[in-house]
Amino acid sequence: MYKIESKNVDFFYGASQALKNINIAFKPNTVTALIGPSGCGKSTYLRLFNRMNDLIDNTKIGGQILIDGEDIYAKGVNVDSLRKKVGMVFQKPNPFPKTIFENVAYGLRVNGITDKKFIEERVETSIKQVVLWDEVKDKLKKSAFELSGGQQQRLCIARALAIQPSVILMDEPTSALDPISTAKVEELIYELKAKYTIVIVTHNMQQAGRVSDTTAFLYMGELIEYGNTKTIFTNPKIERTQNYITGRFG
Amino acid sequence: MKTFYKKFLEKFIEGLLMLSSTITTLTVVLIVFFLFKEGIGVFNKKPIEEGYVIAINKNNIVTKISSEQIKNIYDQKIKNWKEIGGKPDSIILFRLEDISNYYSDAAIGENFEGLPNCLSRLIDSVPNIIAFFPEKYLDKNFKGRQLEIDKVTLSEFFGGKEWFPTAQPAAQLGVMPLILGTLWVSLGAILLALPLGLAASVYMSEIASDKVRRIMKPLIELLAGIPSVVYGFFGLVIIVPLIQKTFNLPVGETALAGSIILGIMALPTIITISEDAMRNTPRAMKEASLALGASKWQTIYKVVIPYSISGITAGAILGIGRAIGETMAVLMVTGNAAVIPHSILEPVRTIPATIAAELGEAPNGGLHFQALFALGCILFLITLVINLTVEFISNRNKYNKH
Ligand SMILES: Nc1ncnc2c1ncn2[C@@H]1O[C@H](COP(=O)(O)OP(=O)(O)OP(=O)(O)O)[C@@H](O)[C@H]1O
Ligand SMILES: [Mg+2]
Repeated sequence: MYKIESKNVDFFYGASQALKNINIAFKPNTVTALIGPSGCGKSTYLRLFNRMNDLIDNTKIGGQILIDGEDIYAKGVNVDSLRKKVGMVFQKPNPFPKTIFENVAYGLRVNGITDKKFIEERVETSIKQVVLWDEVKDKLKKSAFELSGGQQQRLCIARALAIQPSVILMDEPTSALDPISTAKVEELIYELKAKYTIVIVTHNMQQAGRVSDTTAFLYMGELIEYGNTKTIFTNPKIERTQNYITGRFG
Repeated sequence: MKTFYKKFLEKFIEGLLMLSSTITTLTVVLIVFFLFKEGIGVFNKKPIEEGYVIAINKNNIVTKISSEQIKNIYDQKIKNWKEIGGKPDSIILFRLEDISNYYSDAAIGENFEGLPNCLSRLIDSVPNIIAFFPEKYLDKNFKGRQLEIDKVTLSEFFGGKEWFPTAQPAAQLGVMPLILGTLWVSLGAILLALPLGLAASVYMSEIASDKVRRIMKPLIELLAGIPSVVYGFFGLVIIVPLIQKTFNLPVGETALAGSIILGIMALPTIITISEDAMRNTPRAMKEASLALGASKWQTIYKVVIPYSISGITAGAILGIGRAIGETMAVLMVTGNAAVIPHSILEPVRTIPATIAAELGEAPNGGLHFQALFALGCILFLITLVINLTVEFISNRNKYNKH
């Protein structure tokens, strides 16, 4: 049983095709890295899993994406509930202009949870999950903007975790962070694997090697190679993959 | 040679630019100075028509009287001298046309040559009389006493409940009804325009497709360019009769009509400014909210509106600002009754409408003229406060978003 299945997925921005016939099956409790040169369609692909591309006018999807066996683009699918199940962390930390506490509580509140005690507990466990608790426990009422970039990004991960999704999508989550914060987030991703299915976009080959179980290499909207991360990094079947990974192009 | 020419040209253009900004600044300062110089002059004037006197018997102990008291006496609301600090005695009113009740035509004379003497004798013989007549009929050895009239005071001006600058014998210069009229009409306008404008801007920035927005936005901006007389016509022909019918009123020219017209006129300002503010909400914020399972509406009221609240406020305040200063359309639909309004369904008169309507009849430099300038000063101060508020809010906004 796969967590996410992408079957013959095409995607169009207006008339230009950004994704061509992509077939990948994501196993539960794995980390999959999407790699490829800039503009190859990684973000576009990732944003299909929580239907974020719906926000962009004049787009079209072909093929099927199944999560837990259900077609998420079928008629009658509740997009809001889908997004509760499929959390997302963005490239740049994007906390709300609210307090640290309210940032994490936001997802709970919009889901209609009002139980104060429940919210407090969930906020605390979520922040602890991202190993941020000790740094912010005394200033939960302060603005989230007072945190460093790395802290903000971990807060955003905590915010995504608070509503207990089963899939987490991460679009270059460490590209705005320093090495120490990056290491912390990577460690976190590794731990989160036990509970979540994670798809991560990254430009950092070492990072892909460190955190992912499987890797997909995209090039100009096409899936070039997909497989076990170790195999892809040490013994890719296709020359273009090898060239990209070793930095000879891209 | 060439470089010299170039340098000269640069200096020349620089000078030209400086000159135009200096001229602009000076003009503004001059206008404000002129406005206040004329406006403040009203407090140096007596609220009685120039060339007229108010006279009483020389044994009367009253020495001073205010314009409101004079009016009340002539309206027979004050009937006894003791009400204004005199001895208890009923007041006998005298207007010039009453003279024939006391003296024969022969005594007055064909060309009124006997009139001064008659007046003097009359006032001397009636101890409780008060008389109002032109100064030229004051006898050389007048046996009565001229009553002094207080200058227009600040409290009379701002607290007075009546605006009747051409009243005889004493002008009534209470701006209260005009200020209240302005505020009522503007408040009504904002109450109508704010929800509508907010709804429209939410729709345009968050819900409408690009195509719809591309049609709607220019249309709404066009609304801002329509001359206010046209709005006035529209109000007079459509809204005024509609109000009259709906509420079954004797006249449809009411504060409500003014509010509706001003509300419509304020809409473009409110919509364009708050729509811009909402569209400036970073995409990352909206996406973060939606990615957490928030619905479109939750995202609008929990993220978009809080984020753009200062822009929305600025739009609303600028909208009111336009409403408060608007003249023509209001003049046409509010009925222009200078009385303190008790309901939105009564005629009112606003400050700008008063100035526009009365300036033509007010003799240059006279009391009425200066009173209108004082009204202009009040209006200027109100809009100044509004602009400063907008400035303050948008500055705070910049600081928040660093
Ligand atoms: N909103 C959009 N409208 C039209 N075209 C778009 C839009 N977003 C992306 N594209 C196009 O789709 C293609 C894929 O873009 P995408 O953002 O998915 O690339 P990416 O692999 O994430 O690149 P990067 O590594 O630089 O983030 C690009 O050619 C891009 O120009
Ligand atoms: Mg990208």
